[in-house]
Amino acid sequence: MQENNKYAWPDRSGHYGIFGGRYVSETLMSALIDLETAYRKAKRDRGFIRELDSLLREYAGRPTPLYFARRLTEKAKGARIFLKREDLAHTGSHKINNTLGQGLLAGRMGKRRIIAETGAGQHGVATATVCARMGVSCAVYMGSEDIRRQELNVFRMRLLGAEVIPVDSGSRTLKDAMNEALRDWVTNVRTTYYLIGSTAGPHPYPVMVRDFQTVIGREALRQFREICGGLPSAVVACVGGGSNAMGIFTPFLPGKTVRLVGVEAAGLGLSSGRHGATLCRGRVGVLHGSKSFVIQDKDGQIREAHSISAGLDYPGVGPEHAFLKSTGRATYVAVTDEQALEGFDLLSRYEGILPALESSHAVAYGFRLAGKLGRSRAILINLSGRGDKDVPLIAGRKGGKRVAD
Amino acid sequence: MSRIEKTFASLKERREKGLVVYLTAGDPDPRASLSYFRAAADGGADLLEVGIPFSDPMADGPTIQAAARRALEAGMTTARALALIEGLRRTHATPVVVFGYFNPLFRYGIRRFCRDARAAGADGVLVVDLPCEEAGEMLPEVRNAGMDWISLVAPTSGPGRVRRAVAMGSGFLYLISVTGITGARQSLPPGVEAWAREVKRRTSLPVAVGFGISTPGMARAAARSADAAVVGSACVRIVESNGASRTGPEALRRFVRSLKKELR
Repeated sequence: MQENNKYAWPDRSGHYGIFGGRYVSETLMSALIDLETAYRKAKRDRGFIRELDSLLREYAGRPTPLYFARRLTEKAKGARIFLKREDLAHTGSHKINNTLGQGLLAGRMGKRRIIAETGAGQHGVATATVCARMGVSCAVYMGSEDIRRQELNVFRMRLLGAEVIPVDSGSRTLKDAMNEALRDWVTNVRTTYYLIGSTAGPHPYPVMVRDFQTVIGREALRQFREICGGLPSAVVACVGGGSNAMGIFTPFLPGKTVRLVGVEAAGLGLSSGRHGATLCRGRVGVLHGSKSFVIQDKDGQIREAHSISAGLDYPGVGPEHAFLKSTGRATYVAVTDEQALEGFDLLSRYEGILPALESSHAVAYGFRLAGKLGRSRAILINLSGRGDKDVPLIAGRKGGKRVAD
Repeated sequence: MSRIEKTFASLKERREKGLVVYLTAGDPDPRASLSYFRAAADGGADLLEVGIPFSDPMADGPTIQAAARRALEAGMTTARALALIEGLRRTHATPVVVFGYFNPLFRYGIRRFCRDARAAGADGVLVVDLPCEEAGEMLPEVRNAGMDWISLVAPTSGPGRVRRAVAMGSGFLYLISVTGITGARQSLPPGVEAWAREVKRRTSLPVAVGFGISTPGMARAAARSADAAVVGSACVRIVESNGASRTGPEALRRFVRSLKKELR
C-alpha cells in the first residue's frame, strides 16, 4: 500500500493492486503503448491542457452547477441533498468531458477515424459530437437491444454524421458492442482511434477516462466548499463501467473522510440473477482487457447483465472500482429497476429535473441515504445525465397511466 | 525435448512444412467434437489446437464465435475440453496446444488448469489475451507442468516485442498473418512472406503462420518462408456445415489431407 494520504494508482503497468492491466491480443499491444505515451505527453503539455479547458468551458458549458435540491431534501427529511448537474453539460451527460479529451488526443495522434461503443447512447452521442466538430469519421457500435430502447440517441448520432453499427451477437447490449468495437480496432488499428467511454478496458483507458472525468469532482469539491464550507458526508454516483463515479470520487479519495457510494443496477433484484450489479454480485475475472469484477458463471463464461437502463446493463466494471471495493475506500450498493423508476419520478416531480435512468439509480439511493442522516449533514449526488432519451421507454412502461404520487 | 519440438524436428528432417489445425472443443457437441479432432489427426495434421470456448471471444471472427456458441450451448466447459484431450490421447499421439482466452482458465485456477491439462495430455498452452506484459501470471505454471508456452507475434509487434515473445516462448512461435481477427480470407495479406522471413531470422523457434488461411494453396504460400501453417476457421466451417452427421469427420479428414498434401 501507499502512504496514507496519497493516492497514486495505477502503477506503471496499469494495475490497481491485482486489478487492471492489459489483457488483449498481441496485435493491440503496441497501439496501447503508443496511446499511453501520447497521453502522458499530452497530460504534461500546457497547450493541450489549455485547449481542453477552453473547450470544456466554451463548448461543453462547464463548470456545471452544483444545485441544492430543496424540495427533495424536505421530502427526504434528513441530510441536505446537492446535485452535481452533469445533465446540463453539452450533449446531456458527463460523457462529453471524456470525448473532448480523447478527441483532442486522437487529433494529435493523427487519427482520422474514431470508433466507439455505446450502451445508452450517451457516449455515442458525445463521440459523434466531437467527431463532427473535428471533421473526422465516426463509427459507433451499439447492441441492437440498446438501439431499440434508446432510439432517440441513435437518431441523434446519425444527425451528427456518425455511422451507427448494430451488434446482434450475445445479449445485444453494451458488452457485445465493446467486443465488436475491439474487433474493429484490432483490424484497423493503424488508422483508427478507439474512444472508450468508460473507466473500463485495457490500460491506459481506465486512468485516462478517469483523469478526463475528474473535472466533475474538482468542480464539485470547490463548489461545495463555497456553498457549505467543508466536505459532504457522502458522494453518491451510479456505476455501470464507472466513469461518472470515478470522475466525482477521485478528488475525494485522499482525505478518507467522505463516504463514497457507487450505485449499481440491481435490475429485477439481486437474487433474481437478472441484474448489472457487478461489484455486489460478480467475481474477479477478466473482461474487455482488464482484470476486475465480472458477472460470470462458475466456468468463467460471461453472463448477460440486466438493467432497465442501457448504460448500467454491463457485466463488467472498471478496475479501479474493484480496487476501491477491495480496499474498502468506496462501498457499492444496488438499486432495482423499480426503485430507479421511483428515483426518476421523485426528481421529476419535486425538482423539475428529468434524470437519465442511469442517474436515477444514484438519486434513488441518495434520497434514501439522506433520510437516514441528520439534518446537519449534506450529501452530493452526481446527476450524470438527463432523461429525455428515456422518456419513450418510461412512457411505454407507465402505459399512459398518470404518474403516481 | 517436448513433443512439439520433436514434431518440428522431424518435419525439418523430412523437409516438410507442418500443418496446425484449430477446432473449437465441444463443437458441435462433445462426442462429435472428439471425432472431428481424430479426423484432423488422421488427415495428417501435425499439431492440433484445441480451443476452449469462451462467451466473448474478442479476437475471433464470426466463424469461431459461432463455434464457441455451439459448443457452450452443448455444455462444453474447460473441464470437459480437457477430458476431450484425454480421449484424443487414447488413440493419437499428435501434439496438442490448448488455445483459449484467459478468463475461463483463470476461473478454473491457473495452477490446477496447468496440472490437469498436462495430465490430460496437452503439450502447450496459447492464451490469446495474455500478452508478455501479463504472462507472468501463468507462464511459470505452464513451465512447471512441463508444457510449452506458445508466444504470439503480430504485424504490429515491433522488433522489441518480437524479441520478448521469442524469449518467453517455447515449442513454436505463432505468427499472426494480419492485423485483424480470425476468419477465412480469400488471399494472404501482402508482405506476410517477407515478414515471416524477418521473424525467422530473430529466432531459432519454429514459426507457424496463422489467421485467414483457408485453402491448400494459401497454406503452401504461408508456410513457404515459415515452418508451418495454421488453419482454423476453414476447418471450423466444415464442422459448422456438417454438424454431428456421420460424414462430417470424413469431410474434415479429406480437407486436412488436401492441406497437408501441399505442405509436403
